[in-house]
Amino acid sequence: MPETAMDRAARATPPRMARRIRGLSDRAVAWVFVAPTVFLLLAVNIFPLIWTIRLSFTNFRANRPNAEVSSVGFRNYERILTDPDVWQTMQATAHFLFWTLFFQVLIGFALAWLINAKFRGSNFWTTVIVLPMMLSPALVGNFWTFLYQPQIGLFNYVVAFFSGADPTSFTMIGEVALAPWAIVIVDTWMWTPFIMLICLAGLRSIPPSIYEAAECDRASKWRQFWTITVPMVLPFLMLAVLFRGIENFKMFDMVVQLTGGGPGNVTTLALIDLKREAFEKWRTGYSSAYAVILFVTVFGLASIYVKALNKVKER
Amino acid sequence: MTDTSVTGPSTRLKWIAGVMVVVYAVVTLMPLLWIVATGFKSGPDSIAYPPKVLFAPSLEGYVNLFTTQTRQSAEYLAANPPQTWYEEIVHDKNMVITGPSRFGERFMNSVIIGFGSTFLSVFLGTLAAYAFSRFRVPLRDDLMFFILSTRMMPPVAISIPIFLMFRSLGLSDTHAGMILLYTAVNLSLAVWLLKGFIDEIPREYEEAALIDGYTRFQAFTKVVLPQAATGIASTAIFCLIFAWNEYAFAVLLTSGNAQTAPPFIPTIIGMGGRDWPAVAAGATIFLLPVMVFTILLRKHLLRGITFGAVRK
Repeated sequence: MPETAMDRAARATPPRMARRIRGLSDRAVAWVFVAPTVFLLLAVNIFPLIWTIRLSFTNFRANRPNAEVSSVGFRNYERILTDPDVWQTMQATAHFLFWTLFFQVLIGFALAWLINAKFRGSNFWTTVIVLPMMLSPALVGNFWTFLYQPQIGLFNYVVAFFSGADPTSFTMIGEVALAPWAIVIVDTWMWTPFIMLICLAGLRSIPPSIYEAAECDRASKWRQFWTITVPMVLPFLMLAVLFRGIENFKMFDMVVQLTGGGPGNVTTLALIDLKREAFEKWRTGYSSAYAVILFVTVFGLASIYVKALNKVKER
Repeated sequence: MTDTSVTGPSTRLKWIAGVMVVVYAVVTLMPLLWIVATGFKSGPDSIAYPPKVLFAPSLEGYVNLFTTQTRQSAEYLAANPPQTWYEEIVHDKNMVITGPSRFGERFMNSVIIGFGSTFLSVFLGTLAAYAFSRFRVPLRDDLMFFILSTRMMPPVAISIPIFLMFRSLGLSDTHAGMILLYTAVNLSLAVWLLKGFIDEIPREYEEAALIDGYTRFQAFTKVVLPQAATGIASTAIFCLIFAWNEYAFAVLLTSGNAQTAPPFIPTIIGMGGRDWPAVAAGATIFLLPVMVFTILLRKHLLRGITFGAVRK
């Protein structure tokens, strides 16, 4: 091994002393290094979570800190789970989750497959495609309200240009039938590259020798695709879906800027509803229970999913 | 064996793939180009029908973004000719500049909070990641999972107690409060990414240094840190981009003093309707650094967005 600057520097320093205290100092160093992180995360995540759980059993209102607080048992939870508006919100969230994942997986995988053909300039175009997902979702949502304007908006103009419809005849964010799709379109535009990148990593992890062997066995391209490509990329794809699923369940910023949850409440996703209850209606106890339910849901679904993911990986 | 692999895509397939990807890329880029273009349009051009692709560039949007203005009578305008180029732009619309807008402040808040929290989370994250990578920390796997799981918590859900906490500690709407909060949110990403980077540095380097009499801490600062520099830099950019783009906490926990740009830019309203060129100008200034960073990050992008789960 060639002598590096480090080796020389290391040799130049006096030995002895340090060696004796090393065993002890390792442990001390470990604690000193880990403690601040764990402390900060406990203070900003776990402590608030416990506080939320405690608040969820009360009728506390944050805008009236001096009012008497009384325990209400499970009443908040009961009210949430029996509230038809909450179920409507859950439906909107499910619609958003399902369709965004559907389109993103479809387009993302197709793009990754095409990029994997390694045509000239593919690296450059990959970087271009990735740009939207790095941007501020709130600003993106806000700007899309402009693109969705009935007459002056670019989106309506382009759609009208290709379909022949009147560009003023539809308002993506103003119509009950279209608004849920408006948010799906923007999210798909923004996050398809995420799925694409991960699928691309999956495709590139497949050793070419497998295809060569299949070729020797005279397997058709179609068969190779379904028996080699898809199963090998599946664990990557599932991981990508997990990340996107969690993120989209938590979706707030882009949609709140784009539609504000409207028209009516057709695009009121879970977190938008929660924000209204907590910071507009100031029903702190109620919204704490709401937050707990949402957190348990996302955590539960994610754990089940991770189990399935591990099974796929083992195969 | 020939040069071309039997299994590789044919030239024709490559060509078709290339065209399809380029078409997608151009379509996906359109909204972004539209933002940049709108920033350079005059008010009427921005809301013209059909949407204008070719237009006379104007800095009206940028001037509106950075200034506050009032309408004045023709006599007043005639008596006070414009002194500078930006005064001239507003003069044509019968307006005078009365002072700077709040955009500069908000942008600076974004810079202060973004860089402050990035520095802190990378600093703490590096220490923790090193310990997790090299020492037998009790309950290591549980702790690592705990750190990851904090990222699953929706910001709006924990913002209620954080709001109460900040209120009682006097941290509401302060830079310190927001830096602390973003640090905590970014720490999970920083620890996971940095642990991956540090795991890749051979232990032998430090062990050699330790045998030569370095203390653990010296070995860490003089041997590991220089080796991990690229990893630390790309982790820092990821943390910065997150803090830069964050909206939910910012809109719930800040208002006047420490508000960052993302909640501010959408509230820009002109006279008689949204001032789209100004909004677009603000968005352009705000999005540009992220685009540059993304291009710099290319190599580590995948790793960053998947918490180090996918490394290549």
